[in-house]
Amino acid sequence: MKQQDTNPLRPDLAMIADMITPNSRVLDIGCDHGDLLNYLVTNKSVDGRGIELSQKGVNQCVANGLFVIQGDADNDLGEYPDQSFDFVILSKTLQAVKSPQTVLNELLRIGKQAIITIPNFGQWRVRLNLLLNGRMPVTKTLNKTWYNTDNIHFCTILDLFDLIEQDGYIIEKFTPYNKNGRQTHTAKTYANFMADNALFLLRKS
Amino acid sequence: MTVSQYNQTILFEDTPLSLDCGADLSPVTVAFETYGTLNLDRSNAVLICHALTGDQYVASPHPTTGKPGWWSRLVGPGKIIDTEKYYVICSNVLGSCLGTTGPSSINPATGKEWGLGFPVITIRDMVKVQAELIQQLGIETLFAVIGGSMGGMQVLEWLCNYPERLTSAVALATTARHTAQNIAFHEVGRQAIMADANWNGGQYYQVEKSPNKGLSVARMTAHITYLSEDALTQKFGRNLQERDKVTFGFDADFQVESYLRHQGMTFVDRFDANSYLYITRAMDYLDIAARYNNRLAEAFQRAAHVRCCVVSFTSDWLYPTAENKNIVHALNASGVPVSFAEIESPHGHDSFLLDLPEMDKMIAGFLNSCARSAGLRAL
Repeated sequence: MKQQDTNPLRPDLAMIADMITPNSRVLDIGCDHGDLLNYLVTNKSVDGRGIELSQKGVNQCVANGLFVIQGDADNDLGEYPDQSFDFVILSKTLQAVKSPQTVLNELLRIGKQAIITIPNFGQWRVRLNLLLNGRMPVTKTLNKTWYNTDNIHFCTILDLFDLIEQDGYIIEKFTPYNKNGRQTHTAKTYANFMADNALFLLRKS
Repeated sequence: MTVSQYNQTILFEDTPLSLDCGADLSPVTVAFETYGTLNLDRSNAVLICHALTGDQYVASPHPTTGKPGWWSRLVGPGKIIDTEKYYVICSNVLGSCLGTTGPSSINPATGKEWGLGFPVITIRDMVKVQAELIQQLGIETLFAVIGGSMGGMQVLEWLCNYPERLTSAVALATTARHTAQNIAFHEVGRQAIMADANWNGGQYYQVEKSPNKGLSVARMTAHITYLSEDALTQKFGRNLQERDKVTFGFDADFQVESYLRHQGMTFVDRFDANSYLYITRAMDYLDIAARYNNRLAEAFQRAAHVRCCVVSFTSDWLYPTAENKNIVHALNASGVPVSFAEIESPHGHDSFLLDLPEMDKMIAGFLNSCARSAGLRAL
């Protein structure tokens, strides 16, 4: 990261930004208001594109000179040619798509590498919450009730490890982190118990 | 705002315009309006392409109807397409009837109106004429080409044929090909015109009577396709027109009937029936991908440097979101930087002409960012 940056990125986005090679082609799916893309275009000279569902997000991105398509991960990845991006980013969205396995495969078809972050449903507070209350957990990270949450496919860190392994992708980097963006120990089972979130950098075998 | 009104220029005098149908046309008169001032390095020109029955009066009153320019909401000093910053050009398309050569113009070979002797034209032919006009105006590269509906089709043809002369492009509520349904509606309109006895095989210019009934029915049909069921229901419902109950006759009992009749009747005052035939035909013939092995992406391969913006509207069933997204996917696949949004609107296809703040924000944001990146400043 550059020192002179006046508007620092959210810690989890900064973590993603650190993994992006300068001058690469990047697709940010669910790019929100374009904070990460804008940072990458400005500081790493990437050729950045975004996909965003909200009109407000799209408008803000476009006003900042970013190229963003209104759409979502379930419906709008199919048209991109194979390996057309160096990095495809899916930040805290995998649990909200209709078909996570298809989306995961699409990410690694379109991108040479994929960066995925997920909220971890295996974190101890979540487990305790379910154990003690007997109701679907509502925590700070997962702050909606079962009937109005966008998150329809929750998984734990270990669950995602399983899917990645099953589909034969290689994990270049695994970074579990808590809600302040601080990294926790990377031992899988430990991370699955302690981390609020996790980041995976994947590539095809 | 500096407005240059009622310009007409004669093009293709020495080298005729070679049309897609194989015919040559010479000369071609083009009528156009300009707004604002061309900057010193000639980098601030914006070409606005009008729709089927549109005209060059994008930001100044229409000489026949006296109505304000059709996009004066967006084009003008301090507006989104800011005439204090951009030099805006809007020309009447080839085949139309407001000063540019079309079927109602005089055929130099006969000294009479062309009528159906006028060659069949395409959207690409229209764009060829625009490109020639731009060149004659001394403009090498357009800052932007912008258009909705048939205007958007012209934007796409610019992207395929003259990408090196573009910096950015905005296409609204459009399509890269006419579907069977699009052609079907146009055919109803054309048949209505040709079924009018006054049409007389296209030869009606020398007599008192024009095929106004036919043209007005064509307009009525088309007008329905520009709206949406919700828009019609909201505006008219089953409301009766100045009466308490139905009359058990064929008078305009319903407000919607009266509205459509009015649309049809006023249209004939400002439009030529033969022009309507030729321009709808040009739209029907549009199938850009067909010229590129049925792969639309190949059409845009030389346009990777052009910044693009495509907008569709939720209630537009004439050129629905799927058709606009087709364009976006093709642009993307060719590596063209493109932004896209589907704007929420109940107004149907005509949405692009109406007051929709989210559309405005999108276009404004896009043009401003393009201007910044091109180093364009207010004059």
